Amino acid sequence: MKPEDKLDIQLILKDLEHYRPRRRGWTWRQPVPEQKMGPFTYKQTSQPLKQSIPLPASKYFGDIDPQPDCVITAEIASGRFEDDLRRMRMAAWHGADHIMVIRTAGQSHYDGLIEGTPEGVGGVPITRKQVRATRKALDLIEDEVGRPINFHSYVSGVAGPEIAVLFAEEGVNGAHQDPQYNVLYRNVNMQRSFVDAAVAKRLMAYAGMAQIDGAHNANATAREAWKVMPELLVQHAINSAFSVQVGMPKDMICLSTVPPSASPAPALRYDLPYAIALRELFAGYRMRAQMNTKYIESDTREAIVTHTLNVLISRLTSADIQSTITPDEGRNVPWHYNSIHAINTAKQALLALDGITDMIEFKIDGPLRQQVREIKERAVLFMEEILEVGGYFAAVSQGFFVDSGYYPERSGDGIARDPQGGVGANTVVPRDPDYFAPVCAHFGYNNLPAELASPCQLVGGCTLCRPEKIAYIDELDPEDNVEKRLQQVAAASGGGIVPEVEWAGDGYINLQIFLPTDVRTAEAAALAMGERLGLTDCEVIHKQVMQPAEGTYLEMKGRVPFNINPASLVIPEPTPLLSEAAIREDIAKHPLTVVAATIGEDEHSVGMREIIDIKHGGLEGFGIRCIYLGTSVPVQKVIDAAIETAADAILVSTIITHADVHRLNMRRLHELCVEKGVRERFILVGGGTQVNNEMALECGLDAGFGRGTKGIHVASFLVRRRRALRSDQ
Amino acid sequence: MQRKEDYATRRQHLAGLTDAELAARFWQLAEAIVAPLVELAEKNTSPSVERSVLLRLGFNSLEAQALVQAILERDLLGKGAGHLVYIAAEAWGTDCLTAGRRLLQGEGWDLVSAQLAEKEALANEA
Repeated sequence: MKPEDKLDIQLILKDLEHYRPRRRGWTWRQPVPEQKMGPFTYKQTSQPLKQSIPLPASKYFGDIDPQPDCVITAEIASGRFEDDLRRMRMAAWHGADHIMVIRTAGQSHYDGLIEGTPEGVGGVPITRKQVRATRKALDLIEDEVGRPINFHSYVSGVAGPEIAVLFAEEGVNGAHQDPQYNVLYRNVNMQRSFVDAAVAKRLMAYAGMAQIDGAHNANATAREAWKVMPELLVQHAINSAFSVQVGMPKDMICLSTVPPSASPAPALRYDLPYAIALRELFAGYRMRAQMNTKYIESDTREAIVTHTLNVLISRLTSADIQSTITPDEGRNVPWHYNSIHAINTAKQALLALDGITDMIEFKIDGPLRQQVREIKERAVLFMEEILEVGGYFAAVSQGFFVDSGYYPERSGDGIARDPQGGVGANTVVPRDPDYFAPVCAHFGYNNLPAELASPCQLVGGCTLCRPEKIAYIDELDPEDNVEKRLQQVAAASGGGIVPEVEWAGDGYINLQIFLPTDVRTAEAAALAMGERLGLTDCEVIHKQVMQPAEGTYLEMKGRVPFNINPASLVIPEPTPLLSEAAIREDIAKHPLTVVAATIGEDEHSVGMREIIDIKHGGLEGFGIRCIYLGTSVPVQKVIDAAIETAADAILVSTIITHADVHRLNMRRLHELCVEKGVRERFILVGGGTQVNNEMALECGLDAGFGRGTKGIHVASFLVRRRRALRSDQ
Repeated sequence: MQRKEDYATRRQHLAGLTDAELAARFWQLAEAIVAPLVELAEKNTSPSVERSVLLRLGFNSLEAQALVQAILERDLLGKGAGHLVYIAAEAWGTDCLTAGRRLLQGEGWDLVSAQLAEKEALANEA
């Protein structure tokens, strides 16, 4: 696969029947201690990628893209897996190596496997075809970025063991598995949940899959999430102890832990003691640090700050997997670019905090230690009471869990379930003395003949040992499937370019609008504007009062009802840069002098210095003589200096842009040169963060350079321009 | 249940424990809570567990679903779905997939029951 080619979905779907995953099991990143990258030495990074997209600011540090030591998760599930595959590729290029696919609403109550590729709601129907196609795409993507990618989904509901078999067969690398989740949040019968969970977990252990538990859901459900901290420890303990008992190694058990509070709460005073208590009690287990979803609203900025602080907790304590929540999760099914923002939030914060604990440590005495101890004691008291009332089932039936009281305080609002009720009630059957299951990775009583070399010997091998026995179903629904959707999308776009946030061809764009009016009027006005702009299905997805009367900030999505034919576009060809050697040779033959200054009332000098300084690879490095006049230089003075020194070019920089001062100053430079009759003598170049070439040309200059310009860009232009002028003469 | 905060009084018996002792108690309690759950899982099966066995034998999900349904209707799930298919395959001299598909056609259930009864009688004698 080439970086410039799109992922070919048809190629992924082709011959799926025969596709086999290349490995089983989870892969952790390879840490590289004391890794040197660019000007820095990192303490907590791993093997770099072969191809990737670094953080935007990396251009100041030699375009480095250090990869933190922990696995980074992207949750990707829009409802159409074929569109998710493309998002997975974007995520991998930004540094995600754990792709978590959320299941479609209702799958946990589906008593069996779903087949084919039907469209999902809030997630994807997990089927053999979807799983296999996704694994196949991820195999291509991991080759492209040069790092194994873990594929992950859910082993819960009333078909847990079957899904675990499917995942073990198809090379799925990790899964959520926690019978408590079924019981509390999906009202699946308790007996059924634990009987199924044991078999599912044994299968996961066999396949080397990482398990993530479900305790984080208590954060998301309880009214005051920080008060469930003792219960979170209890939920982690129950799933962990049960998992170990049924044969799962500790280091494949990942505790799903979310910092339970968020500002304006004094969040770290709750989140930090909790994080420490958890890691102390669960030494030897893995930490899957998740970001907070409970207190996320429609403000993506607020979400990103919360999530950054969550990563701070991860780095101050530990994280084996840093999961990410998209900043738009509070307002819609996550959009493509918000998945990427979330990954970058994690990467950026993890790198910023690299090696932080080499420099700081926690106070041994004081409130932190006291609170850590208190949370642990409260959890112990919780478990004592579970046993007092007769065990786990009795405790659940009495509403012990997800109560909003800070245990042992009880508010009486917990989730209570009937041990004899729920989905799948009365479906558990005792195994008879002659029960047996002639397959590998089975849990529990199994009266197989003792002399067998492997449990599946009786039947000539099970699918885990002989994958060629796996039965593949392609599609069951002739209408609701991936081929039909691809045809429809292709027909609708006609090969044109359509905006996209979630699904190919959805047409959505997002407008950021400030309206100088109250919130209700603003919303109505925005919708009216959307209509006048010709957008359809407009919806205000975020509104924020700046001041009740003075104005409102809104974000509004709407669909673009047309597409753009790329053949109709006039795209200027970028001029290739001259080589450094060619520039030097030209300057050596024909010396070149430039006069440079920041013009107007502007004290900024950094940008201009970067362009001319030899140590920044600037113009001086190519042998160009640079006369730098400083900041806030009047335009008149710049021209005088150029005349005096017989310069070939004038470089002016302008940054402050109030009332278009930058345009006025650039135009003045041109006009004054004309007035003085020297316009022909000088190449005039403008630069600055708000400047671009078109704007500079419009103002009468010869070229303009904006953000990201390096000395070689300007040098290359000057040499070319001078050659052109010479050939004109 | 509603209860006012009583942590200070409730914790008295924990106050003297070292951190290590507290952690040990934490895990002791966790293991005590899950022990009956593990036992429950060891001794029981479910439709999904048995369908997972059939999948591992190479049946597709539709066949696994239908076979377990047929087994439930005959109240034979406690024998193990894989066990029943194996008995039929042995009796007919076929592979498990062929046997399972014949069972799905309604064939051979009497045979399976007879074999089970025979094996049980033998086991009782022994």
